Amino acid sequence: MIGRRKTLQRLMSRPDADTPSRGVFTRRALVVLGAQMAAFGLLGHRLYGLQVLEGDHFARMAENNRVSRRLIAPPRGRVVDRFGIAVASNKVNWRALLLPEETSDIPGTLDRFSALVPIEARDRARIEREIRHKRRFIPVMLHDFLSWDDMARIELNAPSLPGVLIDVGTTRNYPFGPLLAHVVGYVAPPGEKDVAQDQTLALPGMRVGRAGIEQTQDGLLRGQVGAVEVEVNAVGRLMSELSRDEGQPGDEITLTIDSGLQQAVLGRIGDQSASAVVMDCRNGEVLAMVSNPSFDPSLFDSGVSQAQWQEWATDPRTPLINKAVAGVYPPGSTFKPAVAMAALQAGTLSPTDRIFCPGYLDVGGTRFHCWSRYGHGSLTLKEALKFSCDVFFYEVARRTGMDAIAAASHSFGLGTNLDIELPHTRPGLIPTPEWRRAHGQHWNGGDTIVSGIGQGFVQVTPLQLATYASRIASGRAVQPHLVRAVSSRLGASAEGSHWPALDMPEPFLNQLRVGMYAVVNEEHGSAPKARLDIPGVQMAGKTGSAQVRHVSRALRESGHFDSSLLPWEYRPHALFICFAPYDAPRYAAAIVVEHGNAGAAVAAPLARDIMTDTLTRDPSNRKEPPGQVVAEVEDFG
Amino acid sequence: MNFQKRLLRAEPNFRLLAKLWQVNWLYVLLICALAMVGYGALYSAAGGSSRPFAGPQTIRFAIGLVMMVCVALMSPRVLTRLAWPLYGLSLVLLVAVLRMGHVGKGAERWLVIGGVQLQPSELAKIALVLVLATWFHRVSYRRMVNPLYLLPPAAMVLVPVGLVLKEPNLGTGVIIGVVGATIFFGAGMRLWQIALLLLPLPFLGKLAYSHLHDYQKARITTFLNPESDPLGAGYNIIQSKIALGSGGMWGQGYLHGTQGQLNFLPEKQTDFIFTMIAEEWGYVGGIAVIGLLMLMVIGGMMIAMRSRNQFGRLLGLGIATNFFLYCAVNLSMVMGTIPVGGVPLPLISYGGSAMLTVMFGFGLLMSAWVHRNDNFGEGEDRS
Repeated sequence: MIGRRKTLQRLMSRPDADTPSRGVFTRRALVVLGAQMAAFGLLGHRLYGLQVLEGDHFARMAENNRVSRRLIAPPRGRVVDRFGIAVASNKVNWRALLLPEETSDIPGTLDRFSALVPIEARDRARIEREIRHKRRFIPVMLHDFLSWDDMARIELNAPSLPGVLIDVGTTRNYPFGPLLAHVVGYVAPPGEKDVAQDQTLALPGMRVGRAGIEQTQDGLLRGQVGAVEVEVNAVGRLMSELSRDEGQPGDEITLTIDSGLQQAVLGRIGDQSASAVVMDCRNGEVLAMVSNPSFDPSLFDSGVSQAQWQEWATDPRTPLINKAVAGVYPPGSTFKPAVAMAALQAGTLSPTDRIFCPGYLDVGGTRFHCWSRYGHGSLTLKEALKFSCDVFFYEVARRTGMDAIAAASHSFGLGTNLDIELPHTRPGLIPTPEWRRAHGQHWNGGDTIVSGIGQGFVQVTPLQLATYASRIASGRAVQPHLVRAVSSRLGASAEGSHWPALDMPEPFLNQLRVGMYAVVNEEHGSAPKARLDIPGVQMAGKTGSAQVRHVSRALRESGHFDSSLLPWEYRPHALFICFAPYDAPRYAAAIVVEHGNAGAAVAAPLARDIMTDTLTRDPSNRKEPPGQVVAEVEDFG
Repeated sequence: MNFQKRLLRAEPNFRLLAKLWQVNWLYVLLICALAMVGYGALYSAAGGSSRPFAGPQTIRFAIGLVMMVCVALMSPRVLTRLAWPLYGLSLVLLVAVLRMGHVGKGAERWLVIGGVQLQPSELAKIALVLVLATWFHRVSYRRMVNPLYLLPPAAMVLVPVGLVLKEPNLGTGVIIGVVGATIFFGAGMRLWQIALLLLPLPFLGKLAYSHLHDYQKARITTFLNPESDPLGAGYNIIQSKIALGSGGMWGQGYLHGTQGQLNFLPEKQTDFIFTMIAEEWGYVGGIAVIGLLMLMVIGGMMIAMRSRNQFGRLLGLGIATNFFLYCAVNLSMVMGTIPVGGVPLPLISYGGSAMLTVMFGFGLLMSAWVHRNDNFGEGEDRS
């Protein structure tokens, strides 16, 4: 009707001039219409540019808008003992979550929920705060570690609990708690520095090993982060899943530790502040490594309270320190075999040489006392070890010199870095004149003398002592280690004695073994209490009592000196190193009882019990743990 | 035609029927076509559901359609008499919205009366067209040489423009001003008068910018460089362009526009409805909608030109221009050609107030068509 040609022709050719205003209007209306059509044309052109010419560019931007890559945390690898018993695992954590947008009556839902599963007032405040601050489609945690009963109640009442859902997460679980805390370590949420190094740690659920195996094997345990590509809407809400890469779960670390033996060793130690290391002296596997007192490693996952820190930090028995690798002690008389080896190798002592002990040795105007006031008389090396005569080793050290002693000690692993898979280890120290000079001090002859009985500046760790005993027993440079296998792939060292022989003649090593046998098994040996109660099996060992405070000559000569009357922190440490069976050594151990007073009285019986347990369990020759299997805790991943 | 003339001379009841016959049903069909496009788009904006947008909008459209036909049947005499009260009412409402209007996005735009949201600026536009058409209908083309005859209508334009700008609603204010100016132009304002008026315009523009609200300034600056604030004021523009661009030539398919369906597109059911259509239907669909809008404007202008009285002509011009401006401003806005300002796409965008006023406007246009041969109280122009 409107576009009829006749009308148009009339309008265009000759404006209908029934009034001047109509003519003017028609012309001007056509101008306006022309402008309007031109504007539409421009808009169409612009639309063509945006949609067709630049379409690809914007389509790509649209894809970026829409697709979001989300990372998924891989399950952390388990740590198991040598028999496959989990010592660090992931515990299933059933949680109740509330999706605020799916319930219209949040307080009512919370009330009904807490009638089924009680929520503490403090938690309730946190929940309400989170609901206020988070976006409505992000779930808020109501309750974690739900029991089956709790879950059943929630599921049963689901209709009255709109928006409540049950979800599964994991937390790190240490079934043995403090028993293996120093070895296994613990995990904690990553800090800002960790995240700066590795972005994937920002993922919720990711943990970083902060001590022990958890720290040194963190890279293996952590696994490979997976990713999902999801379609999200403008507010970041997940709409659908486009692709999924599950990632790689962390490796399972098999330890050399026998958790049953570990338990037995700790049982023997009781509540003493002490450390004990049991090793397979042929292949270097650490079978038990106890540092007492300990701590609960699971506390670190959620954060340790200030009060707890304070308690740990001020405890003189240092529960947080792994004494086996970071506790350094003067070795005392346990050092004597190393001194003897140095002398034998240097030729300053032969197995048949005799040295007379009058109870003291005067060197350069200083008198060095033997522990026996009356002296031991004339002694061979074997007798000197058996009685643990001080004067004999003063003299031997004097003849041999500190550099040779240090060299032999280092070969035995003392004062060296043993490269065990633990963080925060300390190397200890075998002092030399050179070391003294480097510190701007002069090395006195007397320093060599006291070093001969493992006093003075000499400092070693229990792990070094156990390694030392292993090397004496096996004659090989065994390295202690804790990782037996990674994801069931055995390490090379697990196979057996591939360690190189020590650069020491077998007859000399035998002298030390004979002496250590005498200590335990011969009449008047210094550690009769260490004798094994197993027919046909003998143990060789060496006692040590390391003074932590200088005992004045006057006090010693008064004859009334009794270190057991000193306050605890001034009493000498009690040490013992040993290996067994004597004729075919398989196990070696070192025990240090802090301020235990006397090695022979305190550490030797402990060593006997520990070695008895070790020989009874015989972990190196078994595939299955002996006796009753420790019930495994509900386990995940 | 004879039949129609007979009807017009017949009984009043039949005259009403005759007028109904006169309504330009082709144009009504065009309006319905656009409304259907709107229904489809709103259905998609709700993620494939007639609730909450498409259904209510259809009911409003039906009401609007009935209202349009009613208005179409009203004679110009009645309309010229209604013009002044309506204009007065719209001014009162504009003042009211300033005093107690509903605040949305820093601007006072809505008035809630009896649960109904009302945008007085929409009514003001129609009332202004009506009152200007009435004025210039009575003032002859010859007398317009005298600028004194231009002063009262100039005031009629400036008062509502000022009130709307104060809301502050820049987009609608400019549209009202331009509609007014177009009617002046169509009514026969002399070219020298226009030239004289345009001279101080740059100066006025500068003055106006200094009085803009911060959010309006932000729109202008982000328009010039939208990437400067991608998540803030520039977000709408960028997302709209992304959605348009990802539509490509043939579109992503109905109900499958990712940007719109995933809510990246802001206000997709109102201001950015065209973006949504063009994302899902592509350039082809976008051009089709623009074509429909063009037909609407052409039709409106032709109706205006066919009228034999100045009132009908100016009414038609005003309504068509108003419709055009709405479309042009909205389309430019979603394509990132002019700064964003809450101007809906008529007949398609979701919103009751705009729908009813647009349909009221079309009713006036239709009245101009039905009564195109009427002669009444025109100024002394006849030669």
